[in-house]
Amino acid sequence: MGKTIAEKIIQNHCNKKNIKKGDLVKAKVDFAFANDITGPLAIEVFNKIGVKEVFNRDKITFIPDHFTPNKDIKSAEQAKIIKEFSENQMLTNYFEVGQGGIEHALLPEKGFILPGQLIVGADSHTPTSGALGALAIGVGSTDLGVVLAMGEIWLKVPETIKFIYNGKLNKWVGGKDLILYTISKIGVNGANYKVMEFSGDVISQLSIDNRFTICNMAIEAGAKSGVIEADNVALDYLKERARDLFQKINSDSDAEYEQTIEYDVANIEPQVAFPHLPDKGRPISEVGEVRIDQSVIGSCTNGRIEDLRIAAQILKNNKVDSKIRLIILPATQQIYLDAMEEGLLKVFIEAGAVISPPTCGPCLGGHMGVLAKGEKAISTTNRNFVGRMGHPESEVYLSNPAVAAASAITGKISSPEEVV
Amino acid sequence: MIIKGSIWKFGDNIDTDVIIPARYLNTSDAEELASHCMEDYDREFIKKMKQGDIIVAGENFGCGSSREHAPLAIKTAGISCVIAKSFARIFYRNAINIGLPIFESAETFEQSKQGDILEVDSEVGVIKNFSNNKEFQINPLPDFIRSIISAGGLVEYTKKEVRRRK
Repeated sequence: MGKTIAEKIIQNHCNKKNIKKGDLVKAKVDFAFANDITGPLAIEVFNKIGVKEVFNRDKITFIPDHFTPNKDIKSAEQAKIIKEFSENQMLTNYFEVGQGGIEHALLPEKGFILPGQLIVGADSHTPTSGALGALAIGVGSTDLGVVLAMGEIWLKVPETIKFIYNGKLNKWVGGKDLILYTISKIGVNGANYKVMEFSGDVISQLSIDNRFTICNMAIEAGAKSGVIEADNVALDYLKERARDLFQKINSDSDAEYEQTIEYDVANIEPQVAFPHLPDKGRPISEVGEVRIDQSVIGSCTNGRIEDLRIAAQILKNNKVDSKIRLIILPATQQIYLDAMEEGLLKVFIEAGAVISPPTCGPCLGGHMGVLAKGEKAISTTNRNFVGRMGHPESEVYLSNPAVAAASAITGKISSPEEVV
Repeated sequence: MIIKGSIWKFGDNIDTDVIIPARYLNTSDAEELASHCMEDYDREFIKKMKQGDIIVAGENFGCGSSREHAPLAIKTAGISCVIAKSFARIFYRNAINIGLPIFESAETFEQSKQGDILEVDSEVGVIKNFSNNKEFQINPLPDFIRSIISAGGLVEYTKKEVRRRK
């Protein structure tokens, strides 16, 4: 019986021979990271274990991105902990504010993520990097602290669900809509403990940015990770970036999947996930009248250059509604610079948007766009839980960048068709 | 291990943002985190709960963020264990790793109500509900996970491993 990508990657990183689904193994980690929220706790764990040095100073990094630029004194203290640890351990890479961005956009962009690797991050959206054919798993701080010390992690060999997307994409439909649609079908725990492998003609033709968006939200179905085989699109992306040699890994043709699910994308419209779970997706034509107070375009889910290009396409020669706050957050400094050079920032400012430095900020109700009681936001982020973007009685609706930009113009959740 | 306490009942998909809202994650101080435990679900929860109380919940408890601050807040608040129909993957790992006892039991959720008194015997694998005299089975844990729990969590387990390798 053949093996899936996930099984092969775990097999290549552990001593046990012929691993089977359900086995618990210790696996060697290729790259590990944490942020300003999860990092300090992981460092505390590392210190308790009592080893003096991290397992490999090239294979670990800390990225201040959640409450940065530091929003208050307490956040500043947290960020200071990861900075000082990085200095004391002489880590090869540390990405200070102004030189980095949001971890899940930054690490692939800088060439740290390679096909076939086992990546562990102390952040639930770590599976984003699966778009490059790596197995990227989100963990908590204790797990990460142990990885810092030992370079290995205990893992259960997961089942994999294969998703096949066929047909022709409708206008304004992208990776965000495919994943919101998929989660609406299988539910927020539809892939709990499992890997989601995304495939089919539609995925093969998708850009790398759209693929990152899809893998990013695998966690919103409970998945251990999301993964896409590295093809020419991924290899092109890696060409100028890859920091090391790598060997790409594909699933065997006779690999055993827990389930195979096929979707005809011709039936998929732009999706909007209603409060308060990411699986409450509806087609844009069935949204009805939802007035908003704020629109957010950014995050590890949709803060990449293509997302910003789509937003600019819609906002060009249009004005944000006078009562709406449109907040745009390029996910990394490089994306910010690219957006500037392409003239996108000018379009945003002329339309009446505010541009934030790269940060997770409003996605988790941290800063740079927190909602008041009773306020509603359309957002390209990944979660719409109670209180996620601010007051427990505020509401978040999730969408792609085109819908979020169009809604900022009309003041209510709208199809891009209404404004273009 | 035997745990006895009264039930706080929650539904499906209790996410980590309601267990500990992100606005409080600018600290890792366990006591401070605990003081906001479940705040966005029930503002009074932390005042009303007693030391040793048990959380009983439905499917997918702890879904969402990887923040270990969530099980840490629950544990530090004085909740003795969480029993759910199922747990989200990262929360499950985090709870095991920090030594917050968690048990999977759909029956307990379906046949117990708020305020019932439970006794959990994790060795035998049985949960007794003293309020309705019913008994429920706990889904058994794999040996490897039991060895982490019996070491006192992943940190202690790893310390032993470091000593063994020297």
